Amino acid sequence: MDINVPRTPPRKSATFDDYTMAEIRRAATTGIYDIRGAGAKRKLPNFDDLLFLGASISRYPLEGYREKCGTDVVLGTRFAKKPIELKIPITIAGMSFGSLSAQAKEALGRGASMAGTSTTTGDGGMTPEERGQSKYLVYQYLPSRYGMNPDDLRKADAIEVVVGQGAKPGGGGMLLGQKISDRVAAMRCLPKGIDQRSACRHPDWTGPDDLEIKIHELREITSWEKPIYVKVGGTRPYYDVALAVKAGADVVVLDGMQGGTAATQEIFIEHVGLPTLACIRPAVKALQDLGMHRKVQLIMSGGIRSGADVAKALALGADAVAIGTAALVALGDNDPHLEEEYRALGTTAGAYDDWHEGRDPAGITTQDPVLAARLDPVKAGKRLSNYLKVMTLEAQTVARACGKSHLHNLEPEDLCALTVEAAAMAQVPLAGTSWIPGRGGY
Amino acid sequence: MHELDLKALGVTAINQNLYHVPKDTNDRQWSIRNPMGQHAIACGVDAPLMIDVMGHVGFYCGGMNKEAEITIHGHAGVGVAENMMSGVVWVKGNASESAGATANGGLLVIEGDASSRCGISMKGVDIVVGGSVGHMSAFMAQRGNLVVCGNAGEALGDSIYEARLYVKGRADNLGSDCIEKEMRSEHLEDLARLLERARLKHKPQAFRRYGSARKLYNFNVDHADAY
Repeated sequence: MDINVPRTPPRKSATFDDYTMAEIRRAATTGIYDIRGAGAKRKLPNFDDLLFLGASISRYPLEGYREKCGTDVVLGTRFAKKPIELKIPITIAGMSFGSLSAQAKEALGRGASMAGTSTTTGDGGMTPEERGQSKYLVYQYLPSRYGMNPDDLRKADAIEVVVGQGAKPGGGGMLLGQKISDRVAAMRCLPKGIDQRSACRHPDWTGPDDLEIKIHELREITSWEKPIYVKVGGTRPYYDVALAVKAGADVVVLDGMQGGTAATQEIFIEHVGLPTLACIRPAVKALQDLGMHRKVQLIMSGGIRSGADVAKALALGADAVAIGTAALVALGDNDPHLEEEYRALGTTAGAYDDWHEGRDPAGITTQDPVLAARLDPVKAGKRLSNYLKVMTLEAQTVARACGKSHLHNLEPEDLCALTVEAAAMAQVPLAGTSWIPGRGGY
Repeated sequence: MHELDLKALGVTAINQNLYHVPKDTNDRQWSIRNPMGQHAIACGVDAPLMIDVMGHVGFYCGGMNKEAEITIHGHAGVGVAENMMSGVVWVKGNASESAGATANGGLLVIEGDASSRCGISMKGVDIVVGGSVGHMSAFMAQRGNLVVCGNAGEALGDSIYEARLYVKGRADNLGSDCIEKEMRSEHLEDLARLLERARLKHKPQAFRRYGSARKLYNFNVDHADAY
């Protein structure tokens, strides 16, 4: 080849990028899809695409360190005799004992209780550690009914009927054999060491009419005391929220695709569902159309990270939010001080998501007693409590700047969007304009 | 014998009566008149009561039962005795879908037929059906015994774990990972005990046993077609 002829530099395909080709090679070698934990990692429209406008001449702010800005929320005011009264509108999402260690579940309970909020069981039943340390415990009612019993149902402060979750709407659960320890196996009535699959549909009801009857049964068994939540993955939020309300829910939990899971197929996590940002306004509209906004409370989840996210979700009409992945990070998940051990697992701090393998060096997503013992539930609980308090202070800071004396007084009018996509999804004006895509004009 | 009229009291008042019976009472006989196919009758009972429901019931009758012996003198709707923990639920007629779903313990007897998904995700209950069961019965059944004196519908025992299935009639369409297994002496003894408890006069030797091949317990790509 003539060295004087300029060469075209090597060019990698945008379609077949390094990650894609590595996945093809991995699939060709193993014959099995990739399974991992956590939520969608792809770039999605999210709360960072929204900004608060703040107060100036046309609006006046509240003094940041003096004037009151309320944060409390009451959940379950529609039918339940005993609604839950939380100090802050940030709850802990459902995560199972089995996917998480007993120490992690206890830490979640401790942290939530210190901050005055609730935590939630998961697909594996209620542990004494979690019940004991949780002032407010929401008991999930899942298709598998692992560990389900009327005694724990009555010990709960609320019941969450799980129809789906954001990481895998339409999919069931899985917990691979390496995490089915003696205790987990006993709680789920399964042999030790097998891959546990959870059904994607409930075994004894199908559709909203049946769900209404199921909710009625749960209310009877708990003497109409407990708030009944219905949790759905973000897919068709307008219709799903409307049907949950029709079925008698006190609270609807709506989980966008950034919401995490203990384990499922990568393809499911990244390619099914809606971003959290795209879910809120249709859900709120459904409640408004039914005259149920603020009467049936809406909890949004999926990728909530900061007080800014909390404030934005509330401004768009949610009553509260739930955090899962962020809570695990607060406990110590993916911490850089464990970098050496993450590297030994073939990953790096910040990217570790093989939660299904049970080898978590942080002692959180594991059933290995040696690893689990690394997590001090008291210290980890304190970290979570600190984090929840910071998120609350951040949300209050923003709310006061917008002139609001309660987080629930935030409204869409306080927001603008940085991108056309976010403006369309959140139904707020594109920054510097009065244009809301889909609302006419321009 | 206490008599409760559901037409006059409504379901909630009936259930509250049953929930508040003192644990140590000897006054355990209860009768519920006019059930009218209502849902959630006698669900969540947590006491050794003898409850007769004098007619047809809707969904979830005897759901999450603990200790009580509930007899339904009629047909039962969806999810009869769902998630039962202990005690007995006895259906004199037929049962709709998902009878005994996810039930952990106790005995469910259905003298007639049971519809689809009978014993779905059962976790330790014993279920005896005098007639036939519909499709997908014992789907993901984890533990316990399902006895079918008639025929079993399509995909019996799909994705079954450790439950034991006994069928006297036809069961020629088994679900994934469900196979016929040898009927050994301990199984014949178990089956005889269950038939006796259900007051059914069938010979255990006339039944065939089905259970898990355990090939789907851990994922193997060579079995992917079965999923």
